[in-house]
Amino acid sequence: MPSSSLARGVRRIGAGTIRAVSRAGFAARFFLLVLRHSPSAFHRLQLTAREIYFAGVLSLVVIMVSGLFVGMVLGLQGYDALNKYGAGDSLGIFVGLSLVRELGPVVAGLLFASRAGSAITAEIGLMKTTEQLSAMEMMAVDPLARIVAPRFWGGVIAMPLLAALFSVMGVFGAYLVGVRLIGVDNGTFWGNMQAGIGFWPDVTNGIIKSIVFGIAVSLIAVFEGYDANPTAEGVSAATTRTVVGGSLAILALDFVLTVFMFRGLGSG
Amino acid sequence: MNKATIDLWVGIFVTIGLGAIVFLALKVGNLTSIETKPTYRLEASFDNIGGLKLRAPVKAAGVIVGRVESVKLDNKTYEAVVSLRMDNGYQFSKDTIASILTSGLLGEVYIGLEAGGDPVMLADGGRISKTQSAVVLEKLIGQFLFDKASSGSAK
Repeated sequence: MPSSSLARGVRRIGAGTIRAVSRAGFAARFFLLVLRHSPSAFHRLQLTAREIYFAGVLSLVVIMVSGLFVGMVLGLQGYDALNKYGAGDSLGIFVGLSLVRELGPVVAGLLFASRAGSAITAEIGLMKTTEQLSAMEMMAVDPLARIVAPRFWGGVIAMPLLAALFSVMGVFGAYLVGVRLIGVDNGTFWGNMQAGIGFWPDVTNGIIKSIVFGIAVSLIAVFEGYDANPTAEGVSAATTRTVVGGSLAILALDFVLTVFMFRGLGSG
Repeated sequence: MNKATIDLWVGIFVTIGLGAIVFLALKVGNLTSIETKPTYRLEASFDNIGGLKLRAPVKAAGVIVGRVESVKLDNKTYEAVVSLRMDNGYQFSKDTIASILTSGLLGEVYIGLEAGGDPVMLADGGRISKTQSAVVLEKLIGQFLFDKASSGSAK
């Protein structure tokens, strides 16, 4: 009967909406719970250090190599475009601004979401599947304090450092291409960069961005892992959601933060 | 992997990460330019400051000798009052001329100072009385067209 299929469709939409809203509610409650258990992550620094190792140190190579390549491409493309207007000497400021303000935090964040975020989700999800989390609860060990909070803070601490490294490697890559390969004057390259980029509006806003991205990606990663269906498919779906949701969150947050930070600021 | 190795690697990671931030601050963002060099303040009024921005350079003979600190409108004379933070190492005579210039056609707007011959120097809080406003391109074009039209109709 058509009316019953219509009713079923409406019911499905309703159920989906309720599920989405209650998941959002659980995510918010989860965030507060993680914050409340955060002191223990700093109390037992060894746990957090381990997570900084897994999220940060092991991401070093991919971050630094990508930064280098992004910088080298920026150097080539930027010089090509700028030189059409006789502004090839402005390569330094172009590269520096795009890396420090945008590309550093955003690309490092995207790489971080796929490299470290997915690993965190898969790890926590698998712990849930193999009932390690329940076992901890049985032993009166709160998995939020022992497992989730250190991973969250490990990610939050690692992310800004990775973004800064990405920017530095990018600037270095652009220097290699621009100064060493194309032959932009060394002094002009650095001088323009330093004249056009301020520590307060540009570098600090980039760092703030990377901290916000770190919080967002780490929270999504631990939440998806904790919330995963305790099956093989559930963990794989949760890992996918971390990468997709984390990347989208970074890009959307980047827009919002940029609106607040650079609206009407001009070039000064 | 044992604790000591992890600690070592995390230490290395945090050190080079913080090193990267310091590099961004010093080499890219040029934080050193905020160093507290002794400065003094000058004021100058302009009819029109054009596109002058805060922290725009003040140059004498092309050398940066100070920066624009604030711009406000004098509500009585309707002139723009620009206050300049000048490097203490450079002193200018009382009859210095300040003009608002643009480097190149599309370049940044800055204040150019041309020193005069007066033996008395401007002190802290002093006022540059001789100023030249920004050239507003639209007005110039408008004037040019107007002149053309009026000379055409006179014929």
